[in-house]
Amino acid sequence: MNTDPLIDIEHVSFGYDDSRIILQDVSLRIARGKVTSLLGGSGCGKTTLLRLIGGVHAATSGRVVFDGEVIDVRDRTQLYRLRRRLGMLFQFGALFTDLTVFENVAFPLREMTDLSEPLIHDIVLMKLNAVGLRGAADLRISEVSGGMARRIALARAIALDPELIMYDEPFAGLDLISMGVTAKLIRTLNDVTGATSLVVSHDVPECMAISDHVILMATLGRIVAQGTPAELMASTDPEVRQFVRGEPDGPVKFHYPARPMIEDYGLGAAP
Amino acid sequence: MNWLAALGVRSLAVLYRWGHAAIFFITLLRAVPASLRRIGPVITQIHAIGNRSLLIILASGLAVGFVLALQMYYALVTYGAVESLGLIVNLSLVRELGPVVTALLFAGRAGTSLTAEIGLMKAGEQIAAMELMAIDPRVRVLAPRFIGGIVSLPLLTILFSAIGILGAWVVAVGLIGVDAGNFWSIQQNGVDVWRDLGNGVVKSAVFGVICTAVALYQGYETEATPEGVAYATTRTVVISSLAVLGMDFILTAMMFSTP
Amino acid sequence: MAKKGVEVMVGLFVLLGLVGLVFIALKAANLSSFSSGDTYTVMARFDNIGGLKSRAPVRSAGVLVGRVTSISLDPKTFQGVVKLAIERSFQFPKDSSAKILTSGLLGDQYVGLEAGYEEDVLAPGGTIKQTQSAVVLENLIGQFLFNKAADSGSSAGQGEKK
Repeated sequence: MNTDPLIDIEHVSFGYDDSRIILQDVSLRIARGKVTSLLGGSGCGKTTLLRLIGGVHAATSGRVVFDGEVIDVRDRTQLYRLRRRLGMLFQFGALFTDLTVFENVAFPLREMTDLSEPLIHDIVLMKLNAVGLRGAADLRISEVSGGMARRIALARAIALDPELIMYDEPFAGLDLISMGVTAKLIRTLNDVTGATSLVVSHDVPECMAISDHVILMATLGRIVAQGTPAELMASTDPEVRQFVRGEPDGPVKFHYPARPMIEDYGLGAAP
Repeated sequence: MNWLAALGVRSLAVLYRWGHAAIFFITLLRAVPASLRRIGPVITQIHAIGNRSLLIILASGLAVGFVLALQMYYALVTYGAVESLGLIVNLSLVRELGPVVTALLFAGRAGTSLTAEIGLMKAGEQIAAMELMAIDPRVRVLAPRFIGGIVSLPLLTILFSAIGILGAWVVAVGLIGVDAGNFWSIQQNGVDVWRDLGNGVVKSAVFGVICTAVALYQGYETEATPEGVAYATTRTVVISSLAVLGMDFILTAMMFSTP
Repeated sequence: MAKKGVEVMVGLFVLLGLVGLVFIALKAANLSSFSSGDTYTVMARFDNIGGLKSRAPVRSAGVLVGRVTSISLDPKTFQGVVKLAIERSFQFPKDSSAKILTSGLLGDQYVGLEAGYEEDVLAPGGTIKQTQSAVVLENLIGQFLFNKAADSGSSAGQGEKK
């Protein structure tokens, strides 16, 4: 069993331009075969990290290493090769609205393999079955609910049996039942296929329930803490406690920085 | 010296945008051969872009043919040259009105729908999803639409001109009483297949490239908000129309300068 | 799936477009008249070609027998050199003449061929020797005025003699 990390983020900084820096000198490792969660508030760069791993953007400094290979965004052949080994579940599914459910899941199979249609048919139904939606294969995308869309997107993401499955906010906006279903699927898929799962979320209870390793991030990608779920829940660090308990005020302030109230309400200058 | 710097900044920004658009166009062209290997999406797009424009193009062509015949009649009857009615309508349609009006209608009907569709696909992360699946969205999404537009617009232009001539025939021969035989034979003598009809088709092909490329670019680069999409569709129509009218002037000068 | 229906519609669309193209080309443009193939070229030189244009018709006894293919100026003799493409089925005697005529009063100009009497026919690449230039309106008016002046002068002379 290979114990190297699957993904190595080494001192990565990234910004869309000079004024909007998202990540600053971030280093972390994603272990193989485990479910790792990236937790943090909005805007701390979790989704951006997923994009860097997928080679959508190039880091302005530092390296992103996937299975021992440094990702070079300009090398299209390498990107093509590496992307075949990963699957990504987007926040709202990102299903192709002009295709049916079946065609959506069949899409990567048809595009990337030369498998025959009968074989693709069986594989697609098996993937849909894994997420519990085998009966919905002929529906149009406009006819499925949000929760179903996520599951279909998951079936599509695992169509090629990837080594790395990335989940971008898989629990956002779901009811409890759907959340439970999704969490169970993430864990089961990981165990059954031996894949590595990377979950980006701010849903603490669900993530804690299914993860082997949790990394808590703050603005600019700064890593506040990492460890097993139990370790983080028991932590005494005020930042960690505020996040896992969901306290409204603490190291992350409630109020957006503003002038003193007296000045804003025109009652005079601040003392 | 501030205004000098400002001028420099603005000029560089304009050049940057043009360069960005040019690079987009070139990568679009490079994606065409690959996308032709799978004819399915291309056929679907020809249907969406071409077939769905038929009604408005045919209706407009018929109306223009009627009106042109009527108006030309009033002008020609004072010189006793009513016999040339068919010829004049034919040449106006085949050389100019067919390509230009069809292109303008196309930009409005098909261009805006392309822009909105691509913009919303980008907003819904469908493009990003495709890229992460190692599938080039230019080959799978953009190029089929590009080919669809280039194939559709010349066909639509021909149909516009043809139905316009038929409309003129109805008015001239049916209503006004121009001799039917003369109506057609004067056209046969005066309209050259290669020079007039052929050049008209070449014009429409050029307009097809322009309108479709502009629509796809605006959709691809739009912000993923309602205002962004609205702004992008407006830009598609405005830029396409201006470019068509400008190119028409240049092409007409090139093609029809020597009698 | 709706695939088959879509393909049929697109096929119909393309077919309709091609039908439209053929319709315009045949019924409303000059495709039905011969364009090339079985024609042979002869030359004719004119002092003045008037308003003759390329692709103008060549008629004999009013019937269309060919088209003007090119018009150029001979740099040595400064005559207009007109090349005519005539259908192979029409062979004209060597001494045929070519005139530049106007269809109607103010219409387009065309080349009228009058057959001669010789036995030998014009060979491809041959030259028509007898030509009559186009009537230039200004010259006509000038001639008319000149004649008018001459008439009144002679009648005035007549009047004086009386």
